[in-house]
Amino acid sequence: MSKHATTYVPKSAFAKWFESRLPIVGLIHSSFVAFPVPRNLNYWWTFGGVLFFMLVMQIITGVVLAMHYTPNANLAFDSVERIMRDVNYGWLLRYLHANGASMFFVAVYIHIFRNFYYGSYKAPREVLFILGIIIFLLMMATAFMGYVLPWGQMSFWGATVITNLFSAVPIIGDTIVSLLWGGYSVGNPTLNRFFSLHYLLPFMIFGVVILHVWALHVPGNNNPTGIEMKSGKDAVPFHPYMTVKDGFSLVLFLIFFAWWVFYMPNYLGHADNYIPANPSVTPSHIVPEWYFLPFYAILRAVPDKLGGVVAMVAAILIWALVPWLDTSKVRSAVYRPLYRQFFWVWFAVCILLGWLGSKPAEGGYVIAARIATIYYFAHFLIILPLLGLFERPQRMPGSIVESVLGRGAAAPVPAGATAAPQTQG
Amino acid sequence: MKKIACLALVFAGLAGAAHAAGETPVPPQLNWSWQGPFGTYDRAQLQRGFKVYREVCQACHNIKYVRFRNLSEPGGPEFSAAQVRALAAEYKIKDGPNDSGEMFERPGRPADAFPWTFPNEQAAAAANGGKAPPDLSLMVKARTYERGFPWFILDALRQYSENGADYLTALLTGYEDPPQGVEVPAGGYYNKYYPGHIIAMPKPLSDGQVEYPKGPNGQPVVPETVAQYAKDVTAFLAWAAEPHLEARKRLGFIVIAFLLLLTGLMYFTKKKVWADVGGEIEDRPVTTFKGPG
Repeated sequence: MSKHATTYVPKSAFAKWFESRLPIVGLIHSSFVAFPVPRNLNYWWTFGGVLFFMLVMQIITGVVLAMHYTPNANLAFDSVERIMRDVNYGWLLRYLHANGASMFFVAVYIHIFRNFYYGSYKAPREVLFILGIIIFLLMMATAFMGYVLPWGQMSFWGATVITNLFSAVPIIGDTIVSLLWGGYSVGNPTLNRFFSLHYLLPFMIFGVVILHVWALHVPGNNNPTGIEMKSGKDAVPFHPYMTVKDGFSLVLFLIFFAWWVFYMPNYLGHADNYIPANPSVTPSHIVPEWYFLPFYAILRAVPDKLGGVVAMVAAILIWALVPWLDTSKVRSAVYRPLYRQFFWVWFAVCILLGWLGSKPAEGGYVIAARIATIYYFAHFLIILPLLGLFERPQRMPGSIVESVLGRGAAAPVPAGATAAPQTQG
Repeated sequence: MKKIACLALVFAGLAGAAHAAGETPVPPQLNWSWQGPFGTYDRAQLQRGFKVYREVCQACHNIKYVRFRNLSEPGGPEFSAAQVRALAAEYKIKDGPNDSGEMFERPGRPADAFPWTFPNEQAAAAANGGKAPPDLSLMVKARTYERGFPWFILDALRQYSENGADYLTALLTGYEDPPQGVEVPAGGYYNKYYPGHIIAMPKPLSDGQVEYPKGPNGQPVVPETVAQYAKDVTAFLAWAAEPHLEARKRLGFIVIAFLLLLTGLMYFTKKKVWADVGGEIEDRPVTTFKGPG
């Protein structure tokens, strides 16, 4: 980030002195003030800002909760109740943090679906996209370990089920599981190390987020047309245009967040987690948090244990290949009539998998989960590569300005240019 | 859109198939004073519920996360501080060791947690057919019943989160004679709302068991019936599980009102800012305008 052209001009003598020694104000200025963004970004693009807010909020509430929480199998449940009852506004901190995790995933799923709809993963944004997948994986690990900390029944049994998955790994599986447990079953050492890692991982997420933003600022934002910015007419500076738009979106999101925190704080959790962990009583129905349900459904859809784990992991890792599996030169689904429909089918399949993940693995549910899992992978491995070959994209506007202000604003484009490869697409 | 409609049909079909398999009745949804965005606990109901708890439940169960002082704090039954001191003193608390190394018993103080009738889990289990009666502090939040699609979406919109309270009241009133052909094992009781129907807890409540405060006409202010006891003790346990509910909902209203106001301000600010670029912005080549590379 050293060789950057910035439009920042230090005014005071101190600012000049400081900037010549550490040009961080110029860096911030060029990244978050003067940074050019496409003027046609819609509200689906505001979730990056929402996600950054949620990360910071989770870290702040989490650090304060850690001041009151005790990571010991005999004391953890009681310490959480003490936070809820006796710590000043402890109930608020805990409900913000617990529901904040859910809201974090709501925002990240919107962010991911937006990426797939508008083809943001395509060149030159592949690394940006893969960094996003890494953040998502870290988020999943963090959320899972966080859910273990209250040491309720679902914490304990969820941890048992998920850590047991690693035993499916050939040869080293059992060693990995013992290492995760710190013993021969889920117990106090497990809780201790999960607490430590739950505190560590968010800061790793923060690091990867910085890389994610850096990788974003090299090519700049994609946009609903999928056409690169061609002139200054296509762009607006990040501040004030995007800051005010992101801010507006964030406030709306916070209302949604507040609805859960203040009125239904336990709705997204499990009643079983208000029962202290008991290794000798298995809950009738072990279910992960809602945001893991689609992957849980894929795990259980495969009859073989190792196969299920591989499928579940592959369901996310396959995203990393999408920039190359998608053969279409056109980015945005707006101009891809077939992809647009297949996108919504795939979206519906993801929701269906989520619902199936919450159901017991028996009868028709298993069959439905298998069909949905096959379709989920077929979408990436068969449909995406073929679509690019057979689909006829619709006519695209010549520039972003034209798509915003109508054709009069820019020179008309010859009709033959519709499916032509773009300069960087 | 058509596809989404098809999918909804598939959902409905699967949900119907699942429903046919279950045979536990759904607990009726009752009206609770604390539901909705402005809900508060009914003090008189919590006080009655506490009386039921003390005279009935406490023989076997405990509410270990509740301290006597909580009973006089705002948002709860709101007994007076003097009442709570007198109440706490009726309980014996094991304390110690003292200077000579002995454990001793002393009268309870408002800062103490409720003590349990049994010295430990094992003693409670031994006295109750092998399984200790569970602690009731969190019972209303620790129990629920399955709602399923699409009800869970509607519940989120209308803020229905009293599943636990509805289930508990149903359970307390759900004791009945087993239907023909159902064998109830020794030490078990038939309850139509309990999953699996065979519950280890005997029917705890019966009509007229707990004396309620009388009105000016000498009659109890509310009926002394199982249905009423069940509701009142559930309300008390709902407070015990969520003692800051009133403060939470109050703060929620302020937060959401503030956010709505801020939404309006942000909306108009955004409109004003973006009005500048409704036309054109300065034409500068995008290459001179790149981010940090």
